[in-house]
Amino acid sequence: MDTPALAQRLAQRFPEVLEARGEVTITVEADELAQALLHLRDEPDLSFRFLSDVTCTDWPGLDPRYWLAYHLLSTEHRQRVRVKVGLPPEPDPPRVASAVPLFPTANWLEREVFDFYGVVFEGHPDLRRIEMPEDWVGHPLRKDHPLAGVNTQYKGAFIPPPDRRGL
Amino acid sequence: MPVQRLPGTRLGGTDGPGVDEEQEARRGVLLTTLGRAVAWARKNSMWPATFGLACCAIEMMATGAADYDLSRWGMEIFRASPRQADLMIVAGRVSQKMGPVLRRIYDQMPEPKWVISMGVCASTGGMFNNYGLIQGVDTIVPVDIYVPGCPPRPEMLMYGILRLHAKVQREARIK
Amino acid sequence: MEDLGLREETMIINMGPQHPSTHGVLRMVLELDGEYVVACRPVLGYLHTGIEKNTEYRTWQQGVTFVTRADYLSPFFNEAAYCLAVERLLGIEAPPRAQVIRVMVMELNRIASHLVWLATTGLELGAISMMLYGFREREEILRIFELITGLRMNHAYVRVGGLVMDLPDGAEERIRDFLKLMPGRIHEYEELLSGNPIWRQRTVGIGQVSPEVMLGLGVTGPLLRAAGIPWDLRKELPYCGYETYEFDVPVRTEGDCFARYEVRVEEMRQSLRIVEQCLDRLTPGPAMVEDPKIRWPAQLEVGPDGIGNSPAYVKHIMEESMEALINHFKIVTQGFRVPAGEVYQAVESPRGELGHYVVSNGSNRPYRVHIRGPSFVNLQLVPTMIVGKLVADVIACVASLDPVMGDADR
Repeated sequence: MDTPALAQRLAQRFPEVLEARGEVTITVEADELAQALLHLRDEPDLSFRFLSDVTCTDWPGLDPRYWLAYHLLSTEHRQRVRVKVGLPPEPDPPRVASAVPLFPTANWLEREVFDFYGVVFEGHPDLRRIEMPEDWVGHPLRKDHPLAGVNTQYKGAFIPPPDRRGL
Repeated sequence: MPVQRLPGTRLGGTDGPGVDEEQEARRGVLLTTLGRAVAWARKNSMWPATFGLACCAIEMMATGAADYDLSRWGMEIFRASPRQADLMIVAGRVSQKMGPVLRRIYDQMPEPKWVISMGVCASTGGMFNNYGLIQGVDTIVPVDIYVPGCPPRPEMLMYGILRLHAKVQREARIK
Repeated sequence: MEDLGLREETMIINMGPQHPSTHGVLRMVLELDGEYVVACRPVLGYLHTGIEKNTEYRTWQQGVTFVTRADYLSPFFNEAAYCLAVERLLGIEAPPRAQVIRVMVMELNRIASHLVWLATTGLELGAISMMLYGFREREEILRIFELITGLRMNHAYVRVGGLVMDLPDGAEERIRDFLKLMPGRIHEYEELLSGNPIWRQRTVGIGQVSPEVMLGLGVTGPLLRAAGIPWDLRKELPYCGYETYEFDVPVRTEGDCFARYEVRVEEMRQSLRIVEQCLDRLTPGPAMVEDPKIRWPAQLEVGPDGIGNSPAYVKHIMEESMEALINHFKIVTQGFRVPAGEVYQAVESPRGELGHYVVSNGSNRPYRVHIRGPSFVNLQLVPTMIVGKLVADVIACVASLDPVMGDADR
C-alpha cells in the first residue's frame, strides 16, 4: 500500500501517526513500545519484520528529551515505517524495553545507543559499550558532551576547537 | 687497502700473466664505513608492519600493488608480526581505543625502527578534531616522517618513504 | 598408555585489532577448543571517529566531506545517501543529468569496492596474485574518478542539489574505454578462482547461515542475495532513477562464501551494464539545482593547477554583481537552512543497506546525522557463522562479509 494508505491503516491502531515527505512516523509511549513493535511485526498486512536501525536524538531542554527512532522495513510490502519513543530527561539514565526479543538485530544497535546516549534497554542480553573504550566516562553524542578537540595557534591567532567557534 | 696474499697464489689465476694487484683491488672493493654500509642495507630492505587503519590503508595497499610498486625498494612484504618489521606506517585515523594498541605494536618492534605517519589523521587528527581520535600519533610514538594528504596519493607516500631512506642513510649509525 | 596428563581446556585467543587480515581493525576474541571455535565475541570501536557528532558542528554542505569518509571504500554511496536525505528535507530534486551521473559514479564505485574485496579476500585466502589484479583494475577506476572529481578517494563530489561540477571533457571516452576493458578482466578473475580447487575448498560450504537468521540479524546486501533472498534496494525501493535502468540482481541459493563470491562478481558485470546505460542517456543540462539559495555557488572547473573556481565566476562575483558576492559569502560561510523534520534515506551500497537518518531543527547545521552502516549490522552475523567451525574458516567467513570498519565504527 502507498504511504497515505499505510498512514490510515496505522491510525486505526496508533493515536499519533504522522505522514510527511513520503514517510510514516508513529509516536508511542515508552511502555507501549514492545506492544507496538509486536503489532507492526506480526500483523499480516503490515509485516514489518526487518529492523533497519535503532537510533536516538537528544533534544536537551525539551521533555521528553531523548527521542528513539526505530526504522522498520517490510520486505513483503516494500514499505518503511518509523516508530518514535520519547524518553524524559529524568530519571537519568532513561530506560526503555529492549527490542532484542523481537528483532535480534537490535543487539548491537541498542548497545550503540547506550554507548552514545546512555539509554538503558531493559531485557538486553549484553548491554555494554561498543564503540568507546570500556572505561570512557560520559556519553559522547549527548548535546552536553563537548565535541572536544584541540585548539590551534596559527600566526599568532587563536582558533578554538570546532564546538566553540560559534559559526 | 693492501691485499694480503698467500704465497704461491696470484690474481688472475695460476697460469697466464699476473695483474697489478693494487689496481685490481681498487676496482672490486668498496671503501666505506661500517655505519654507512649498514644504513644502506637497512634502507634497502625496510619491511613495513601492517598498520593500515582506514582510507590511507587502501592507498597504502595501492602503493604496494602493481601500479605503484613498493617492491622496487624491497618493501612489498608487509610483515604481520611487528617482531619482523622495522617500519611502521601508521595509515589512517587512530581512535582512542586504538592508541594503546598502537603503542604496544610499536614497543614490540625491535630496534632500529622508524615510523611514518601517513595521512593527516595520523599526523594531526586531520579533519576530525574531536573526542574520538588521537590528535596526532606523535603524541604516542616518535614519528620520523609525516606524509600529509587525505589520503595521500601513492606517489606522496613513496616520496615520504624515499625521504625516510635518505634520513636513514644520513644518520648512519650502528646500535 | 597411561594418562598423559593432557588438559582439555579451551583457549582464548585474541585476533586483532592489528592482524594480517586486511579487513580493518576488527578485533575478535575467540574461544577455541583445539581448532574449533567454541565462542566468538567481536569487539568494535577501534576506528570510531566521531563522524556523527562532527556533522552537528558543520554546515549541511560540509557534512558531505565528513560522511564520505565513513565507508571509505564506497564514498559515493555515503555522499549520495546523505545528499538524497537532505534534498528530501529541502523538498528539491537534483536535475536529471546529475541523477544519471550519480548513478554512474555509484556503479563505478561498486565495481571498485568489489575489486578491493576480491583483492583482499584473495590475499587472505592465499591467492596473492588476485591482490595485484584487483588493484590493477581499481587503479583504472581511480584514474577515472580523479579525472571527474579531482580525487582518488573521498571525493565530496555529490553535493546537496546535484554535483559539485559537471563531467570534464574526455571523461566519457575514458569510461567507455574502461567498459571495453573490464569484461575481459572479470573473465580473467573467474578463470583464476572459480574453478580453482583450493579456492573452492576454502569457500564452498563454508559460512552457511539460513536466510531467516540473516533477516533476523538485519543482514543485507550480497550476503542476503547469496542465501536466496532477492532483496536489492535498487529494485525494491528505488532512488535516483534506478527503476529506469535495465539490470539483473544476481541471486544464489547456497549461501556459502563461494556463492557470495559469485554474487559479487556478477554484480560487477551488472554494474558495467548500468554504467553503459548511463553513458547512453547523458544529455546536456545543469548538474546542480538552479535555486541560488541552495546551490553551491562556485562554478568549479579544471584549470592548470587542478580544480578551482572558474575565472569567469570569480570575475562575476568580484566585479559584476554585489548580490552574487553576498550570496556566495553567505552560502559558503553559513550554508543554507533546511526546514525542520527528519528523513531516513537508504541506498544499496556494496555491503548492503546504507542508511542516513537526518534530523533538522530548521537551522543551517544538521541537528543529527545517523549513519546506518551495513558493516556494523552485518558483523553481528560473525558469531553465528563461525561457532563450531575451524579457525581457518574464520578468515574466509569474515572476508566474505566484506566488512569495512569505517562503516562499522564511524
